[in-house]
Amino acid sequence: MNHAVLAEGLRKSYKDKNALDGFDLVVAEGTVCGLLGPNGAGKTTAVRVLTTLLTFDAGRAEVAGFDVVKQAAEVRYRIGLNSQEAAIDEILTGRDNLVMFGRLFHLSAKVARRRADELLEQFNLTDAAHKSPKQYSGGMRRRLDLAASLIMAPSVLFLDEPTTGLDPRNRNEVWNTLRTLVDGGTTLLLTTQYLDEADQLADRIAVIDSGKVIADGTPAHLKSQIGGDQIDVVLHDQQDLPKAAELVERVAKQPPEIDEDNRRISAPVSNRVVALTELVGVLASAGIDVEDIGVRRPTLDEVFLRLTGHKTEVAA
Amino acid sequence: MILTPVIPRTTGERVRWGVLDAWVVTRRHFTHLIRRPVQIISGLLFPIVSVLLFGYVFGSAMQVPGGGDYREFLMPGMFGQTMVFGIGVTMAAMITDKERGITTRFRSMPMARSGVVVGRSLADMLSSVLDLVVLILCGVLVGWQWHRGFGPLLGALGLLLLLRFAVIWVGIYIGLVLPNTESAAGVYGLLFPVTMIANTFVAPQMMPGWLGAIADWNPLSATVGAARELFGNPGLGGDSWAANNPVLLAVIWPVVLVAIFLPLSVRKYRMLGR
Repeated sequence: MNHAVLAEGLRKSYKDKNALDGFDLVVAEGTVCGLLGPNGAGKTTAVRVLTTLLTFDAGRAEVAGFDVVKQAAEVRYRIGLNSQEAAIDEILTGRDNLVMFGRLFHLSAKVARRRADELLEQFNLTDAAHKSPKQYSGGMRRRLDLAASLIMAPSVLFLDEPTTGLDPRNRNEVWNTLRTLVDGGTTLLLTTQYLDEADQLADRIAVIDSGKVIADGTPAHLKSQIGGDQIDVVLHDQQDLPKAAELVERVAKQPPEIDEDNRRISAPVSNRVVALTELVGVLASAGIDVEDIGVRRPTLDEVFLRLTGHKTEVAA
Repeated sequence: MILTPVIPRTTGERVRWGVLDAWVVTRRHFTHLIRRPVQIISGLLFPIVSVLLFGYVFGSAMQVPGGGDYREFLMPGMFGQTMVFGIGVTMAAMITDKERGITTRFRSMPMARSGVVVGRSLADMLSSVLDLVVLILCGVLVGWQWHRGFGPLLGALGLLLLLRFAVIWVGIYIGLVLPNTESAAGVYGLLFPVTMIANTFVAPQMMPGWLGAIADWNPLSATVGAARELFGNPGLGGDSWAANNPVLLAVIWPVVLVAIFLPLSVRKYRMLGR
């Protein structure tokens, strides 16, 4: 299988820090790769390098089979880029936006108009074609933004946090649109801070920290690596913490994380039902007064803590 | 639909696509003007109000060196000031595109690197022609005239537009450098002194010596002085070399500014986000 994206040993440093520090990534054609990491991990820098926006200090990158430095123009014809903000003109109508971007891809006026109408139809925006995006909903704006990226039917689409700032309904709408694109054979590289977004869309997740990929695999693989679920126990009495932590460790088979201020003990568990039942039993027979107990999905912070041994810089 | 990439291979093709890309960007700004006529009106309201305010309110207390009608003296100053104030439009447009991510989208596309900045300057030039036409009409209504025929009239308008062209490139550069709209407010604050410490409203001879010298050498004064000379309006002359050679300076100043800021802007655009 051919690769749509290939990055080898990418390095990019600014005055005070290394934004990319030996970044390697291979994305197979027609697949979805999620770049997962906290703010400042290097996700956006990686996307900017791969979309020819940013020069880099060392390494090599190919997108759609073309070198991002030596064949930048070839690459630019074959990629689409969507960032957190919808990069559309607020004053032009939706259709005029698409026609203008089409003209800048050097389509003839006639072809640019035809392509615009086609995309408006495909993204369910025909009724809003002659309105300004100011009058659009958040989801409609994202769809127009996506349509603008898809004018040349690119083989690789880069999405930098595509649903940041969207409400759940609009987020689902964007996810569905992206799934349709993937069914059509487009390769997707998306960055996200949300584990569930990567989980929903990606065939493979690359976890990135301090400018390099530190874990790479299918969502199921990564989740089993960090333990699927998280068990939380909140105690009534702070002095029970050491004893309870010992019991949690025995059940979870991993050292738990202890939050003394909130009298909380957390640990990843592989089988939520078994772990919960067992833990309730042992805590009760040890006579420990439990205020609250429950299982939940791990947060991105916890994924990071497990994978990197340090906390994310930004508390989500 | 088959959509084939068009990769320019020869210099001729590159130039052709460069011109076409710039034209698409220019047309975009025109569509903006058409869809937001309020913008044009508010842009012209300020000079028109200034003409009335300075011409009739302050005008009675103003003296033109060597005698002459104050409104005749004032109009070339208004033309010049409008050219310089145009920097606000240029800057704001560059910053808005950057903030909205449109600049990033342009840069991720295979369009010519020069397209955005050249298109922007072309659009601003054409809308400045419109500004000048409206101001000339406004001037004629308050009794301003040109006295030396059509040749010098066109010469004066040409020099005013040359100043506007220089100001556009200063504006594009500042717009590319400034991080956001808030930081542009400081630049707007500077515009008033720049256009006031000049011969626009008051002859520099009437200012304290050191201030008058600064005013004489202000690029705006050169263009306004040259316009007065070519229109045959009063208020010319002074002690300095600058005040006596406005036409020459009205060519040199803008050319120098363009020679500095055009390459800087193109370079900054290429290096954006680096």
